[in-house]
Amino acid sequence: MIKLEGLTKVFPGHNIPAVKELNLEIKEGDVCVLVGPSGCGKTTTMKMINRLYEPTGGKIYIRGEDALQMDPIKLRLDIGYVIQEIGLFPHMTIEENVATVPNEKQWPKDKTREKVKEVMTLVGLDPDVFKDRYPTALSGGQRQRVGVARAMVSDPPIMLMDEPFGAVDPITRARLQNEFLRIQERMGKTIVFVTHDIDEAIKMSDTIAVMREGELIQHDTPSDLLSAPADEFVSNLVGRNRSIKRLHLIRINEILEDVSRGKPLNEDAKKDDIEKQLAESDIRSVIVVDRDNKLKGVIGVNDLKRKAGEVARDYCQDVSDTITDDATLNDALSVMLEIGEGYVAVVNEDDRYQGTITLGDLLNVVKEDS
Amino acid sequence: MLRNIWVWVGIPLIMIGIAAAIVIYSVNNPTDSIVARMLTYERVFRVIREHMGLLLVSMTGATIVGVAGGIMLSRPSLYRIGRVMETIVNIGQTVPSLAVLALFYTILGLGFRVAVFALFLYSILPILRNTFAGIDGVEHNIIEAARGMGMHPLRILTRIELPIAFPIIVAGLRTAIVINVGAATLATFIGGGGLGDLIVTGLSVHRDMIIINGAVIAAVTAILLDYLIGKVEERVVRWA
Amino acid sequence: MDQLLWAVFDTLRAAGNGMMLSAQSDDPGLFMQTVNWISRRSEMLMELMLEHLWLVVLTLIIAVIISVTVGIIISYYESMAQTVLGICQILMVIPSMAMLAFMVPLFGIGFTTGVMALVLYSLLPIVRNTYTGIRELDPAIVEAAKGMGMTERRILFKIKIPLARPVIMAGVRTAAVMMIGIAAIAAYVGAGGLGELIFSGISRGHQPMIIAGAIGVSIIAIVFDYLLYYGEKRFAVEGRTREGN
Ligand SMILES: Nc1ncnc2c1ncn2[C@@H]1O[C@H](COP(=O)(O)OP(=O)(O)OP(=O)(O)O)[C@@H](O)[C@H]1O
Ligand SMILES: [Mg+2]
Repeated sequence: MIKLEGLTKVFPGHNIPAVKELNLEIKEGDVCVLVGPSGCGKTTTMKMINRLYEPTGGKIYIRGEDALQMDPIKLRLDIGYVIQEIGLFPHMTIEENVATVPNEKQWPKDKTREKVKEVMTLVGLDPDVFKDRYPTALSGGQRQRVGVARAMVSDPPIMLMDEPFGAVDPITRARLQNEFLRIQERMGKTIVFVTHDIDEAIKMSDTIAVMREGELIQHDTPSDLLSAPADEFVSNLVGRNRSIKRLHLIRINEILEDVSRGKPLNEDAKKDDIEKQLAESDIRSVIVVDRDNKLKGVIGVNDLKRKAGEVARDYCQDVSDTITDDATLNDALSVMLEIGEGYVAVVNEDDRYQGTITLGDLLNVVKEDS
Repeated sequence: MLRNIWVWVGIPLIMIGIAAAIVIYSVNNPTDSIVARMLTYERVFRVIREHMGLLLVSMTGATIVGVAGGIMLSRPSLYRIGRVMETIVNIGQTVPSLAVLALFYTILGLGFRVAVFALFLYSILPILRNTFAGIDGVEHNIIEAARGMGMHPLRILTRIELPIAFPIIVAGLRTAIVINVGAATLATFIGGGGLGDLIVTGLSVHRDMIIINGAVIAAVTAILLDYLIGKVEERVVRWA
Repeated sequence: MDQLLWAVFDTLRAAGNGMMLSAQSDDPGLFMQTVNWISRRSEMLMELMLEHLWLVVLTLIIAVIISVTVGIIISYYESMAQTVLGICQILMVIPSMAMLAFMVPLFGIGFTTGVMALVLYSLLPIVRNTYTGIRELDPAIVEAAKGMGMTERRILFKIKIPLARPVIMAGVRTAAVMMIGIAAIAAYVGAGGLGELIFSGISRGHQPMIIAGAIGVSIIAIVFDYLLYYGEKRFAVEGRTREGN
């Protein structure tokens, strides 16, 4: 889909190139993440792809077509772009901001309005709340989401995203990442994604391109990058605890079957059943669900002694937090650390209980790999 | 709505009313024959017409030239010249209005047209500078985002740069109008006519009534214009 | 609009004529005439310039005392502030000829009229900058001073005024440059100074005199602006940056 050949950029007045002889091929539907230290040329590479910067040398092919021969404005209209500094237009409402490209393309008003609503919801901004606000009335993280919505509103087949989740807190960031992956699974866009955060790179990518001082050091799948870093620089970049990083690569639903720990208790279960299940449980607790398999709560060993009651419903307590089955194992680990338990209940998108993951399960995954 | 009528119609009418009352009283109750001869409705209307002519012509021209020039100088190809121009304009603005009129008189002689031309040139300065500074002040990453999304340079100018710079351009217009109204009262010294005529006549024949009439009308004109553009200024920014 | 086009046209024609005249005729050009006149009348020029400066400096001192005091007072009484600033804004917007005209019936022809008009004019920039300079100080600084047990008086003189000084200076600069121009106009009501040259030059049709006056006033204004700009920067080094006027 995107092919860079010997791409070079020397800024006027500089003697060292910002990007040097870069060769990179990104397949259709892939997410390619550019990583590397600050100033290594990630942004410059991106801006050459949509021709905000004219390359000093080299070629860019998009769908086999020479991008340098194309009309830059037409080219850009079909490439979604999330700029590093967000760059929202301060004098336009959020709705107007998001509608920028549709307005440039002169879509009918109705279609634009619908589509704006849709993408705002997609990035987790309630259109009714936010569409008439001006950017100054938004938090940094919210602005960043508007930036993402603005880039994807016209459904461009290619997206360039320069640190799109840089300004949000780790929890929101994880949520946005998961949403992003869910959307991407459906849309299958070709995406170039820049980040400073190697964990984010491993989680989001189909391939990772490591850059240093304008040069491409290694371009590989995340798991190859982890198991076979090209040199010292790359292995330092991915860090020492590489096996833990694998937790980013594996989704919960991929291991859930292997760790299945029997059926959850129905809320109407009798005390005897509860005791029996508790005795078998390796987490000294049992999960309780209702008739629709929705999570009801959890019963620990102590709850049974402390409380009086007939059926499971009477004993159970709320769970502090759950996780969806499309999150990564690393997300599961974060949640466990956060709620201070050795396990976390897994639910699907409709909030139905899917299983439980424990610290032990994570340990096993890490051990197997190394 | 009622508030709007009050702001845009009520207060201006009151100001004009005060000035009109003073004029009507003075013309009907002249202190002596000299005042009676020199302060007539005809004369008052003539100087007002001249004054408005000075303002309107010079401000219209200055706005067109100032805004267009500011936009041109902010384009990348002329940007360097723009920076130099900023310095020159700052010095130019320090030159007092009387000096400007006097110098134009020595070059072009007396008359309405000379006065208009001097006012026109003098009023360009704040408009040109603010237009340039306003566009120059638009953050680079905002322009880059617009370009990156495929906006045409002309659309970037009209949809992004000018709207963001607009409050600053209006502030420049306000400065220009205040300066212009003030300088227009000096036009009389180089034969440009206007409300200054009334004041100067009053001073030369030592009749306070004539002086006050000229001064009141000039002051009300200035205050009214400044008031109105100040209200516009309050309205233009919904987003900051 | 066509008035303006005519004016542009006239200018070009007149400029062309002027050049040709001075190139053809035997008498020295306007430039040389002016230089000659200035060298002959340098003493008188000097005197008028000093008179002009005296008018400006004296008024500036009075204006600073009044305006800074008013600015400080309204920084304590928020409710008064908008009214006071509104009045000052109106005063500054009034055309200078009108302002001088209002003063004549009250103070007659002469120096006093000039001083009064100039003081009224310079209120706005200094009052406003004093007020905003103080109001926009980081409240944490004032809190800290209060917390350490400083009296309001000491906070004002040791904290607020020193920190607001660069902003106040910027207002003084605006006022000073404005005053130099208006002082020239005040010559018409007998306040003296370089404006006299301009007015008597115009009434006598004496061009070198007008040019000397106009350029003299402009030079004073530009030099003042420059000097005060550096003064302002010196103050700004101590912490705050300049506030617009
Ligand atoms: N417009 C420009 N003019 C001159 N030099 C530039 C320009 N843009 C970038 N550079 C230089 O090119 C090099 C690469 O910059 P680039 O912005 O691509 O880095 P980056 O990898 O995106 O860094 P970061 O992670 O900090 O965003 C840097 O040394 C930078 O100083
Ligand atoms: Mg970057």
